[in-house]
Amino acid sequence: MTDFIQNGLPLALFVIFCTLAVVSALGVVILRNPVSSAFSLILVLLNIAGIFAMQEAYFISAVQIIVYAGAIMVLFIFVIMLLSIERVELDMPTNKAFWPVPIVLGIAFFFGMFVVFLKGSTVAIKGPFTSQAVEASGGNVRVVSELMFSDYILPFLAMGMLLSIAIVGAVLLAKRKVD
Amino acid sequence: MNHLGDPFIFPALITGAALFAIGLAGITLRRSLIAILMCIELMLSGVNLTLVTFSRANQDMSGQIMVFFIVTVAAAEGAIGLGLLIALYRNMKEVGTAHLNQMKE
Repeated sequence: MTDFIQNGLPLALFVIFCTLAVVSALGVVILRNPVSSAFSLILVLLNIAGIFAMQEAYFISAVQIIVYAGAIMVLFIFVIMLLSIERVELDMPTNKAFWPVPIVLGIAFFFGMFVVFLKGSTVAIKGPFTSQAVEASGGNVRVVSELMFSDYILPFLAMGMLLSIAIVGAVLLAKRKVD
Repeated sequence: MNHLGDPFIFPALITGAALFAIGLAGITLRRSLIAILMCIELMLSGVNLTLVTFSRANQDMSGQIMVFFIVTVAAAEGAIGLGLLIALYRNMKEVGTAHLNQMKE
C-alpha cells in the first residue's frame, strides 16, 4: 500500500491530469457555445498547471493559474459577455466535405510529433539543475528568479516594454473614436 | 532513447502534442474569431507543456523561463486580439470570419 502511494499514485494522478487536459481541449474545439468553450479552456489550463506542479515547475504552475486561468480567461469571458456572443452564424462548416481537413491536419501533426518524441534525441547534454541541486540552492522559485534577473534580464525588460505597448494598443483599438 | 527513462515524461509529451494538434484542428474548423483566439491559446499551452517537460528531462531551467516569456506574450496577444474583436464587432455587428472579405472585393 505504501509502495502504491509513493510510486503508483503520482503517476496515476499525472495520467488523469493529462487525460482531462486532452478531453477538455476537445471540448474547446467542439462546443458551440463560446462560454462553454472558454470554461473548457480554463479546465485545460488548470490541468496543465497540475502537470507543471508535478514536474517540479512550481513557479510556472503558479503563473499559469494566476496569469492564464486568472487574467487572460477573465478577459475572454468578459468580452464574450460584453458583446453577448451567443452563437456565430456558420461557426462550424455545414459542408460535410470540409470536415476531413481539420481532422487529417490534426492527426498528421500529432503523429509527426509522436514519431519525433519517440525517436528521442541522440545527444542530450544534461544541465546542472537536477532536482537535488535546485532544492539545495533554495527551491524552484528562487532558481528561476535568479536566472531571470541575471542571464535573462534583457528579454525580461523587453517583455515589460512589450506589455506597455500592448496596453496602449489594446486601449487604442477598443476606443470608440480616435481624436 | 535517453529522455524516456522518467515515467512522467512520455505522457506529458503526448499531451503537449495532442493539445497542439487539437488547437490546429480548431483553428481550421471554427469560424468565430473568439474560438480561433482560444484555439491559439490552446496551441501555446501545448508548446509550454513540451518546454517544461524537456526542461525537466534535460535538467535545464531555460525551458521554464521561456515558458514565463511565452505566457507574457500570450497575455499581450490576448489583449490585442480582444481589442481587435471589439473594434470589429462595433463595425460589423458580428465576429465570424465568413463576411470578412472586404479586401477581396
